Amino acid sequence: MSQTELAGAQPKEFTRRTFIKGVIATGATVSSAGYLFRGTSLLGAATYQTATERLITLSINGQDRRVDVLPHETLAMTLRYKLGLTGTKLGCDRAECGACTVLVDGVNQYACSMLTHQVRGRAVTTIEGLENPDTGELSVVQKAVMDEGGFQCAFCAPGFIMSMTSMLDTNPNPTREEAAVALSGNLCRCADYEKILNCAMRAAELHRSV
Amino acid sequence: MAEKLIGTDIAPPDLHAKITGRAKYAEDFRAPGMVFAKLLLSPMPHARVRDIDASRALAMPGVIDILTADEVPSREGPREAALTNHPRYEGEPILAVAAVDEETAAAAIEAIRVDFEPLPFAIDPLESLRPGSPNAYVEGNQYGQEGWSEYKWTAADFAAIDRGEFPDPECPVEWSKGDVEAAFAESELILEETIVHQSLTHHPMEPRTNMAYWENDRLYAFVSTQSTQATKFALAGALEMDPEDITFVSEYCGGGFGSKISGTTIMQVPALFSRKIGRPVMLRITRYEENYIGRARPGFQSWLRMGFLGNGKCNAIDLIIVQESGPYGASDFNTAGMIADLTYTPGNMRFRGVPVYTNTPPKAAQRGPGGAQIISMMEPILEKAARELGIDRYEIHMLNAPGPDVAFGPRGTTLTSVHAREALELGAEMFDWEAKSALSGQRNGTKVTGIGIGLSPYTAGSRDRDGMMVIRPDGKLYVHQGIGNLGTHSIADTARPAAELLGLSWDDVVIVWGDTSKGLPRSTVQAGSQTTHAHTRANHAAGMDALRKVREVAAATLGGSAAAYRVDNGRVSGPGGSMTFGQVAQRAIAMGGEYDGHVLPEDIHEQTVPAAQMLVGQGLLGIARDNYGGEGSIYSWVAGFAVVELDVETGAVELKEYLGVTDCGTVLHPRSLGAQVLGGSIQGMGMAMTQRWVFDPKWGVPFANRLYTARPPGMLDVPANLRWGSVGIADPQTPVGAKGIGEPPVGAGAAALTCAVADAMGGKCLCRTPLTPDIILAELEGRPLPFGRLDQHVG
Ligand code: FES
Ligand code: FES
Repeated sequence: MSQTELAGAQPKEFTRRTFIKGVIATGATVSSAGYLFRGTSLLGAATYQTATERLITLSINGQDRRVDVLPHETLAMTLRYKLGLTGTKLGCDRAECGACTVLVDGVNQYACSMLTHQVRGRAVTTIEGLENPDTGELSVVQKAVMDEGGFQCAFCAPGFIMSMTSMLDTNPNPTREEAAVALSGNLCRCADYEKILNCAMRAAELHRSV
Repeated sequence: MAEKLIGTDIAPPDLHAKITGRAKYAEDFRAPGMVFAKLLLSPMPHARVRDIDASRALAMPGVIDILTADEVPSREGPREAALTNHPRYEGEPILAVAAVDEETAAAAIEAIRVDFEPLPFAIDPLESLRPGSPNAYVEGNQYGQEGWSEYKWTAADFAAIDRGEFPDPECPVEWSKGDVEAAFAESELILEETIVHQSLTHHPMEPRTNMAYWENDRLYAFVSTQSTQATKFALAGALEMDPEDITFVSEYCGGGFGSKISGTTIMQVPALFSRKIGRPVMLRITRYEENYIGRARPGFQSWLRMGFLGNGKCNAIDLIIVQESGPYGASDFNTAGMIADLTYTPGNMRFRGVPVYTNTPPKAAQRGPGGAQIISMMEPILEKAARELGIDRYEIHMLNAPGPDVAFGPRGTTLTSVHAREALELGAEMFDWEAKSALSGQRNGTKVTGIGIGLSPYTAGSRDRDGMMVIRPDGKLYVHQGIGNLGTHSIADTARPAAELLGLSWDDVVIVWGDTSKGLPRSTVQAGSQTTHAHTRANHAAGMDALRKVREVAAATLGGSAAAYRVDNGRVSGPGGSMTFGQVAQRAIAMGGEYDGHVLPEDIHEQTVPAAQMLVGQGLLGIARDNYGGEGSIYSWVAGFAVVELDVETGAVELKEYLGVTDCGTVLHPRSLGAQVLGGSIQGMGMAMTQRWVFDPKWGVPFANRLYTARPPGMLDVPANLRWGSVGIADPQTPVGAKGIGEPPVGAGAAALTCAVADAMGGKCLCRTPLTPDIILAELEGRPLPFGRLDQHVG
């Protein structure tokens, strides 16, 4: 697969396989690319690689953002290191913890395991994009977390909150067990699961009342 | 009336930042010109670096420099340096490379040629006690005042061990109390078991990433660490610099569980590298690296003999623990001996311990260090005794749990308060032990129900820290906290006593934390469940000091005696009238002296003085050392109650129900307490069951080096409803009555689970963690295990 194909194809159904293929195509190793940050041209310094960045437009939190992106760059890296959106966390090398969860067209996805080129033309929402941009009002999920005093260290919180947001879209009326299944792609090492489920149930309650 | 703060649910003040993405953890900081460092890790468990050729790497575009072991402080004996030419575990950092971006740094690492001389290594501690077996160090496997020596058990010891007998070796650590042999002679029942507890990594959610830069001779360090003030001093000590030349930032920490107590060894690397190259350096640690350098709980291999009288009272314990200490040591085994004596009050006990250096990743305290391991292994044996003696299992826990008169360990340690029995009682009532225990052994298709109880103590406090706070002219109370912020909410909760004393509503309290440039007092490390106890005390003392000064300022301003003034809702009122706290702060600044910090109390710690001096003249300063004193150790307890279903066809265990009940004194913040009790319990279940850490004995390398292979429990591993309770009895020796809670739930969760699994197996105690399905199935089907009874690291 050539770089242009990869960048241009934008398969709607991107899978882990597409991700790995994309990474391999550009010569980076699978084991490291998901977690490595490749510098921006802002730094103005030469690097050893020959892969070149392309200027693309992404839709992030309702805004068009122009950004130089390498073919094998992950969405998490673009967000964190090129767009200053550090609310999306990295808890693992890839796809093991959910700390990096963002919404792509409303669906929760691991930003560490997705190439930035794959989200061209799609709406990306990060934790920074949940508040009302005009009033600063918190989203129902964020309000629910405030109500319930959710999370301990909260390194997992942005990811969980994005998954809760996505859950309410598909199942606004979950049972506790259904909420647990919906959130099971996110790991909380503090194991604050009881309180996280309280937050999810409270969020569903608030969501229904708006 | 101002609100009641102690015992209420108040969301911590940093929650908004945490859930909007504004909270900055170490990896979220940026600095102009920041470059990235990557580590070169040792590919073998024990080696010597003969030569490093970095010429190809240094010639790569974008590579800035390397930092080698010769450029970091070296350490003598079994002590860890940030980088080493003598790696003692697979994954130990050898050198670092800085480059304009991380991919370049990683590629440069690949281009460096290191010539390693492989050395013999020791992975299994017991094996390394065998005569003639390899040691973890070239110089030996024991380190004492005279330096290194070799310590081995005798061939006769191993002949006994290999025959399956209880050995009688010479051990470097030994204590006993009572008359153990005579007591065993009186025992109605003696249970003898071998125990293997696994070693496992901490895996906090946030890896130990750090960033640092210098401006002139001042170091700015952004560190993932549990503590703040204590870590600043640890970093200064490691770099041999004046602590006051460091601006240390650790506002948020994504968990540590003991692995980042006063920072991390690796935090030296960005600081030293940045000084060398003159640019900010970000060292991001990956999950894979975290597996190696992220610290681990020491494993135990152990022999236990427990004697019981006919009524179920444990009257003698003989315990030998061989501890896997990693290359740089650990003291879990000592604590384990103490906790065994405390929890079962045998009266007669002999403890022998052997810490053995191994070429496995370094060990550190992991939530409930020593206690969690021994409790998760001994509780099923206590329950086994109940079965054999025909006693109810709840009753045997009650009978053996200590009362207020307990004196344990070799020095007869006493406790400030102990309500272990009350915790068991409340737990049995909430859980409905009678009804639940009737379900024990019930079979439904392929599933068998098991019920278990785990009672777990741990230290929960310390004394003698400083509290520091300012009432500023805006009328608010600023409580300066030097403890860390890793999710226990103690930065906020331990400020409550001061706010209550001053009659303030919570909206008028501002917590200042996580940045030493703001002035942070001498504090405990954020570890060992100390902060709730230590800093409710320190802040109570400083709050009392502020209260006295507020009254004196009011009396001096309005007239009358200071004692006649009362505080409420941000005002102080008395015979001469009333003034706001804002006015008080202004008057305090005008009065100077001790009121605004120009004069400081003489007894505060010297580390607090420079911090207090930052606040001089900014308002009314409340500052004091915790002089409340007290006698005895401070311990909290958790009693865990679990229901499991064991599928006898697959060996899978499903937790159906869990309740944790604690004795941790006065409850400060109920919701957060519940989170600690349940979160800690679930971590214990991971330790006992899901997080297997397997090593290849031939090459000495861990196989399970990611989250999915050494998996902490996920949301579906626990029931959707978990319950907790608290006996809520104040500790009489501390002004607020609150004790800590972080440590004890781990042992309770683990033990409730190991007991419930044993129950589901008809009382068969496997005496090994992790209790994986293959181990359970082998036992159920009567198949031999593919490894030795005492083998470590097999999973
Ligand atoms: S960082 Fe993406 S799943 Fe862990
Ligand atoms: S709150 Fe710490 S990982 Fe979830």
